[in-house]
Amino acid sequence: MNKIDKSAYAGTLESSDAFIQIEPIEQDEIKIELHSSVEEMYGDDIRDLITKCVQELGISYISIKVQDKGALDYVIKARLQAAILRANKKDTIEWEKL
Amino acid sequence: MKLRRSMLFVPGSNTSMVCNAFVYRPDTVMFDLEDSVAVSEKDSARLMVYHALQHFTYKDVETAVRVNPLNSIYGLLDLEAVIRAGVDIVRLPKTDCVEDVLDMQEVIEKIEYKIGTNKKTKLLAAIESARGVVNAVDIARCSDRLMGIALGAEDFVRDLHTQRTKSGSELMAARAQILLAARAAKIHAFDSVFSDVKDKEGFEKEARYIRDLGFDGKSLINPNQISVLHKIFAPSKKNVEWSLDVIEAAENAKENGLGVVSIDGKMVDAPIIARAQWTLELAKASGMLGGDE
Repeated sequence: MNKIDKSAYAGTLESSDAFIQIEPIEQDEIKIELHSSVEEMYGDDIRDLITKCVQELGISYISIKVQDKGALDYVIKARLQAAILRANKKDTIEWEKL
Repeated sequence: MKLRRSMLFVPGSNTSMVCNAFVYRPDTVMFDLEDSVAVSEKDSARLMVYHALQHFTYKDVETAVRVNPLNSIYGLLDLEAVIRAGVDIVRLPKTDCVEDVLDMQEVIEKIEYKIGTNKKTKLLAAIESARGVVNAVDIARCSDRLMGIALGAEDFVRDLHTQRTKSGSELMAARAQILLAARAAKIHAFDSVFSDVKDKEGFEKEARYIRDLGFDGKSLINPNQISVLHKIFAPSKKNVEWSLDVIEAAENAKENGLGVVSIDGKMVDAPIIARAQWTLELAKASGMLGGDE
């Protein structure tokens, strides 16, 4: 399944965290809107991280809005995965993909 | 023997604390997925802790996670996440009886087998009820995975129909029972958190009290309490010097084939040597012998 079922979000706007909103879209695309205080220095790395994380879960057709408040890589990953799990209500979690 | 003076509670939903807790160098970082995490954030906190446990910043720190009870809808998911992430210790909340430990152990064993890990996750049982205190002796010796038992005072006093006081008299029986049960089973004993973070004097008084009782350490909710606690648990300079003399005398006796030696006219035997070794471990960890702090 390469689509998410519905819109969802995870995270906060507190320091060291990230607030991530995701939405299903009609095009086969991973659309990323990034707002980060470190965008100039790490913007490309954060986009790569998000793209890789979404691809590992086998998802495209997704719009992702990230408000980064200086989060570490694993925080962004955790928030994005939480949002995707919320958007796709499943009984089981495929831990090996996370 | 691993020193476990300080166990710092870190709410799994507090990203800043999750990312930075290692900086404060507690003996154990204890991520919490239970009471400090709102129901709406259980899933997100679980993922956060899952990734934090695998991050290099926690590679050299002992980690524990307080999971939700198995009879909740979160317990099994918590275990799946933290065992896969390689946590060192699972803290069982609200341990009332032996079955609580054995049920948790069975689930952990199944997950470890499923993922093919050789790591044997340890257990720490939090005793938070009158029933748990009464059963503490059996709980403490029911599993070789159990590395310690801990008093959870807030739920315990509620169960006892009383409240926390500065004197701590309401915890007297529970502390004594938990400590004796742990010592009889040769596992660690941990005291409860001191909730009033502004009352530094009260914290120090309680820390000295539980140290003198014989507890190995204490759960903490504020990083500022770590260095205070470590100082309180540090041995005196005089005690360290005496311990060094004991070890030196014991080594000399061993080289010369002597069973028993004396220092200043007092006999030094195996229990005294073991105590001296423990004192030197504490001294090293406290930076008195070129150790960590």
